[in-house]
Amino acid sequence: MTSTTTTPQSATTAVALSGVTKVYGRGASAVLALDGVSLDVAPGEFVCLVGASGCGKSTLLNLVAGLDRVSGGQITLAGDANPGLMFQEPALFPWLTVDANVEVPLKLRRLPRAQRRERVAELLRTVHLADFGRKRPHELSGGMRQRVALARTLALDTRVLLMDEPFGALDAMTRDILHDELERIWSERQLSVLFVTHNVREAARLADRIILLSSRPGRIIYSTEVNIPRPRRIDSPEVAAIAAEVTERLRTEVGRHGQ
Amino acid sequence: MASDTLTSSARTDAEITGLDALEIAGRDKEVSRGTRLWAATWPKLAALAIAIAAWQLVVLSGWKPPYSLPGPLEVGRELMAQAQSPQLWDGLVTTLRRAAVGYVFSVAVGLLLGLAVARSTVLRAAIGSMITALQTMPSIAWFPLAILLFELSEKAIFFVVVLGAAPSIANGVISGVDYVPPLLLRAGRNLGARGLNLYRYVIAPAALPAIVAGLKQGWAFSWRSLMAGELLVVGISQTSLGAQLTYSRELSDAPWLLSTMIVILVVGLVVDAAFGAADKAIRRRWGVLDQAGQ
Repeated sequence: MTSTTTTPQSATTAVALSGVTKVYGRGASAVLALDGVSLDVAPGEFVCLVGASGCGKSTLLNLVAGLDRVSGGQITLAGDANPGLMFQEPALFPWLTVDANVEVPLKLRRLPRAQRRERVAELLRTVHLADFGRKRPHELSGGMRQRVALARTLALDTRVLLMDEPFGALDAMTRDILHDELERIWSERQLSVLFVTHNVREAARLADRIILLSSRPGRIIYSTEVNIPRPRRIDSPEVAAIAAEVTERLRTEVGRHGQ
Repeated sequence: MASDTLTSSARTDAEITGLDALEIAGRDKEVSRGTRLWAATWPKLAALAIAIAAWQLVVLSGWKPPYSLPGPLEVGRELMAQAQSPQLWDGLVTTLRRAAVGYVFSVAVGLLLGLAVARSTVLRAAIGSMITALQTMPSIAWFPLAILLFELSEKAIFFVVVLGAAPSIANGVISGVDYVPPLLLRAGRNLGARGLNLYRYVIAPAALPAIVAGLKQGWAFSWRSLMAGELLVVGISQTSLGAQLTYSRELSDAPWLLSTMIVILVVGLVVDAAFGAADKAIRRRWGVLDQAGQ
């Protein structure tokens, strides 16, 4: 079948998925994780993928990130930088300081030392951690670690950010603040974001477009534009209304599996 | 609208700084170096004092005649005398040289073997369990073969030291590589570390604690094998510590024997302490010590 390609494309889509299928295993025990998922993310667009367990959300991000291969269909990325991927856990390297963690992608791109220093300082300022460069990850709180991870991902200089429930393990207050932060960075840097979450309110708070995936196999079953002006608040009635609508659809989908 | 955004972002900044300050508070607790050193030292000194006292008591009880079990005072005097004679130092140098050569070679073999087995499924299936089997083989059981192969020579000792230490080191590397968190591998690959760079930036540092544990165990094995070898393969060198043990027994010179044993014990302890310090430094960097309440 066709394979993943990463070729420069027209500027109208940042990420294009067409008929993406993923099968794990083979023969009788094969599991269809994703079934014909087609989706375009426009440059600068914030897309949230919502779904219950087993909808293949993380699989989808892995495929776009190039960490796994599609079984069918095509994924096309605009530009030459590989997309940055963030997880629910910060996945920082515990043996490195905050500075050195953010420096890793710069080192791998062979940037000269002086330039690396400058970039690291700039990125840490962006996530409000300028004073914490000498700390080690274990000395920071969960929210701070996740911001270091964000800075490290931004160090890839990518225009595409893939986020796999990045705030799922944080308390509500920290999460709200990080929503504000992410929104600011996204608009400042004109990023295209593909954000996976099972928190419908979070999706309504952040997204330009919410896409609902069915479970086993993952298929797109619903998609809605979120036209609430920014900056938004997660407790605003408009966000709540969108969330209620998406939740309704999600429950119907979950109920289908109980029959 | 623009000013509204500005004030809201200024507020967010203040909130973030406030939240960080609250979360970080109380995490830094500095204990002075002297206090820490004393806390680590006094239990050891106390244990040593108790051991010497027990030894003295056994001697006083008259369980064995003093020519086979001398008291700590007599052994201490012998040790001082030994320390002033070249014999002890020559022996120490000979033994440490053998230990160093054997150990360095074991480390090279162990690291390469471990890395090869960790990388290749075929090699792992073929010799993975054999490495563990080698580790359980008492090193002294290799000596008859080693003597047949290399006669009573340093080569025989070297052979057994490497066979004793290399499997432990290889096992350390294998388990270190095996237990690198998959999440860190995914993160590393996403950040652009592929091939050798993945080893350099992710796998090697992540496996380091297990590798150091393997190196430490490897040292213990090589030191024991070396002592066994020096006891058995006497005659090639007059002065090694193992040879001195044999001679002192043949001469029924119990104070000499015991003082030599003490030297062997101290060497083992010193090297072990060095590994312990390395291990602790790594765990502190990783933040594992903090969780243990240290």
